[in-house]
Amino acid sequence: MPRKEKLFVGINKDLEEITVPIPDADPKPWDGKDELKYIGKKVPRIDGTYKTTGRAKYTFDIKVPGMIYGKIIRSPYPAAMVTKIDSSQAEKLPGVRSIIRVKDELPFPVRFAGQEVVALAADTEHLAQEAADLVKIEYDQKPFVVDLDEAMKENAPLVFDPKDEEKDKVKNVRDARIYPKDGKSEEIDAVLNSSDHKIEATYRTQVQTHCPMETHGVVAKWNDEKLTIWASTQGTFMVRNQVADHFNIPKSDIRVITKFMGGGFGSKLKADTYTMLAVKLAREAKKPVRLMLSRKEDHLSTGNRPNSLQTVTVGATKEGKITGIKLKSFGTAGIGRGAGTGGPARFIYDAEKIYTEESDVYTNAGPSAPFRAPGHPQGAFAFEQTIDDMAYKIGMDPLEFRIKNSESDKVRQAEYKIGAEKFGWLKRNPKPGAEKGVIKTGAGLANSLWYYIYSPGSHVSLRVNDDGSVQLRSGVQDIGGGIVTPMAMIIAEELCLKPTDIKITIGDTEFGLAPTSGGSQTTAGLTPAVRNAAYSAKQRLLKIAAGLMEVDMKEVKLSDGGTFSTIDSKKQMIWKEVTAEIPEGQFSVTGERMEDYYETKRWKISGVQFAEVKVDTETGSIKVKRMVAIHDCGRPMDRLTIESQINGGIIQGISFAFYENRILDRNTGVMVNPNLEQYKIAGARDVPPIESHIIDLNLGQSSTGAIGVGEPATIPTAAAIANAVYHAIGVRIREMPMTPSVVLKALNKV
Amino acid sequence: MGDKRKNKENTPKLTRRTFIKSIGISSVGVAAVKGEGMVGQLQNAGILQKDSIVGPGKIKVTFQVNGKNVSSQIEPRTTLTEALRDYLHLTGTKIGCNRGACGACTVILAGKAVLSCMTLALDAVGKPIETIEGLEKSKEKLHPLQEAFIEHDAMQCGFCTSGMIMSAKHLLDKKQIPTAEEIKEAVSGNLCRCGTYPHVFKAVETAAKNSK
Repeated sequence: MPRKEKLFVGINKDLEEITVPIPDADPKPWDGKDELKYIGKKVPRIDGTYKTTGRAKYTFDIKVPGMIYGKIIRSPYPAAMVTKIDSSQAEKLPGVRSIIRVKDELPFPVRFAGQEVVALAADTEHLAQEAADLVKIEYDQKPFVVDLDEAMKENAPLVFDPKDEEKDKVKNVRDARIYPKDGKSEEIDAVLNSSDHKIEATYRTQVQTHCPMETHGVVAKWNDEKLTIWASTQGTFMVRNQVADHFNIPKSDIRVITKFMGGGFGSKLKADTYTMLAVKLAREAKKPVRLMLSRKEDHLSTGNRPNSLQTVTVGATKEGKITGIKLKSFGTAGIGRGAGTGGPARFIYDAEKIYTEESDVYTNAGPSAPFRAPGHPQGAFAFEQTIDDMAYKIGMDPLEFRIKNSESDKVRQAEYKIGAEKFGWLKRNPKPGAEKGVIKTGAGLANSLWYYIYSPGSHVSLRVNDDGSVQLRSGVQDIGGGIVTPMAMIIAEELCLKPTDIKITIGDTEFGLAPTSGGSQTTAGLTPAVRNAAYSAKQRLLKIAAGLMEVDMKEVKLSDGGTFSTIDSKKQMIWKEVTAEIPEGQFSVTGERMEDYYETKRWKISGVQFAEVKVDTETGSIKVKRMVAIHDCGRPMDRLTIESQINGGIIQGISFAFYENRILDRNTGVMVNPNLEQYKIAGARDVPPIESHIIDLNLGQSSTGAIGVGEPATIPTAAAIANAVYHAIGVRIREMPMTPSVVLKALNKV
Repeated sequence: MGDKRKNKENTPKLTRRTFIKSIGISSVGVAAVKGEGMVGQLQNAGILQKDSIVGPGKIKVTFQVNGKNVSSQIEPRTTLTEALRDYLHLTGTKIGCNRGACGACTVILAGKAVLSCMTLALDAVGKPIETIEGLEKSKEKLHPLQEAFIEHDAMQCGFCTSGMIMSAKHLLDKKQIPTAEEIKEAVSGNLCRCGTYPHVFKAVETAAKNSK
């Protein structure tokens, strides 16, 4: 039977009391009145030593006895039939252990330059490359299309052959996903057309590739019928499950290990073809196979953020109320899907009528993969600029216009207030392009919008030993967010120890179900399980202590430094005195992430960012002078690693706004910049001062109340910068990346 | 592009790096014949035997890594990153691009921060090599840079961290208290996709103060 707990929930110190049913085995959720020792403070990573000394072993560093090296041979053509594969020369090379084809039956189609055709494994990496050079593959080339606009044309080459494919792949432009809020397309049009003000504009954004510093890859090792995979992944369990499905083997026969991984940003969620090939090579060669992709392969085949062509229409009354929002978007996810951009348009503002229509367009390019808030940074770039346009058109301050149209979101309202004050919003000249001289400064803001996501079922096991040590095991992987540190903080908080006292081992599917790190769900999905386990362990220890002190368990408390004492403090025992008496020397408890205790109605994550820029109207170069970011993530766990997440989100946003662009040559269909010198990502000198503030949002929905922040932090950055650029020069930049030539073109100077 | 062309052969392409490597091998070969140049120097120093034929097979070389002499059998085409990681098992040095664009492979060679993926291992013979593994003063005592990186959370996934720290160390070796601009410049060749640069700047600043 659940008990009733009174909780104080709300934003910062603005709290209200609610009553929530809590299962008896669970602790009272932390709420707005709980002052905690570690949670919500800045705590350095407990595993920092591993990463700063080079001792951290990534998949890239894994070496197992007898390991050989895999290599994938990829199609150099964007569209072709593979008609003949001759690997006889390669087979003769001593040290080549296995050569496999992606498909057994010839011919088979390839649909992008970089698609997997053959894989082989050899004793050394150099040898694998030499063998790959000896494999002769014949291709029957087909017409192709790599350009979004070309692919949408009536007579464009079809990416999927209608003869061979399922029904929804017969056209390049797939059927649109339609989201109507209160009305059909025509009804929204009528509302927009009869509004006092209407703005419509078209925007373009580019394809961005993930570029994790550790490329994608695995080491696969068979041991009879059991399989171990060291994977650079964001989802140990997703890899396990997909490999199990693919090879039709029991999940319990597969172990996936990810102790450290070098970034993924969404591209390392799936097991993907390279994993399957490595597993197959290892089985055929009867040796462990290491298959790490090159930087070029990473760009070509492991995912990307689709580009977009978006037309946004917004209507508003002369008093500044949004009447309707319409978005029509096209984008290409290559041969994959997921090019929608409608999230910001649908969910940021309180407009009564909203209609979005999003179409994926197939092209002969590598499939997209989720990329840090899929669809949202590019959606925000178009939508938040249109909102800005409307504010200026009505003659309202862009912040005031936003405040007025998002009244239902109390968290956002609090964020506007803090942001405006910290940024000094009111000091700016309300008139755009008013600054004299060649170099003009401007200020802008944009909203973020993401979703509160978690999956119930994750569990952890916590062990307390008679030497006083505390060990936690979880299958979760750390993608860089630093999840182990909040886990240690939570246990330390509950058991009145220090975070560095807790030994945490992660990244192994043998340790029990953990969230896949996608959708900013890791902290929300895992920390309640950790706290519940720590709470159970505490009950066990209190019972042992009560027995030793010969008092009732209710009369024993645990306080700072791991000291057990009676309420009247007459009897005291230190941590090790109590743990020394653990029967049989050890006990273990588990904690599970259950469904939230109640429906919070807070299904989203807000956030707002402010940018100040300097635009040189003669060279077209834009420099971001500073960024101020206000975000919410439920009850903040570790403010230091949260700050890192926000810095990273903003820097990736800056990189997206100005530098990154996957360029496919439309004559040959190949990527011309599959590296890190021509595919540019932001470096140290591109980074402005960043100030971030985190709202304390206590909901008491789970035992920790944590919600994620990784994705929200990158969503509004490019939009806020673009709005600041408009304020500086009085001209809209409706295209990304915002290179000097794009800016000069917008200024009619070239 | 609608015509159907048949491609009979997949001709091996000469990439920039295989080119560099082939140059490396041939110059070593020539040097061995003349008894001068790098191999000659190695022979004179007794590191290579006089009558040894160099490459393409493995040869024995001795590196001076983190203050210790370590020997290994390597192919002359081996890059310094490969030598460190695959032969000397020092996997703290990473590869992000393997063509000198990302800085993950940065080590200090004869007092200079170099990209080890663009350096032939043979060119490092006879010179002191410092890698991330050599920074710890002892098991218990980290280098001030390592301490400051942890204190300021100057890492996320951590894959660029080794290179980042080595670039920063090279800076602090040259200048005790660098300016903010010098710190940015020192790590400007080290890409961090997680975008953790602001904390790196703070960490290097703190380390500089604590190193005094």
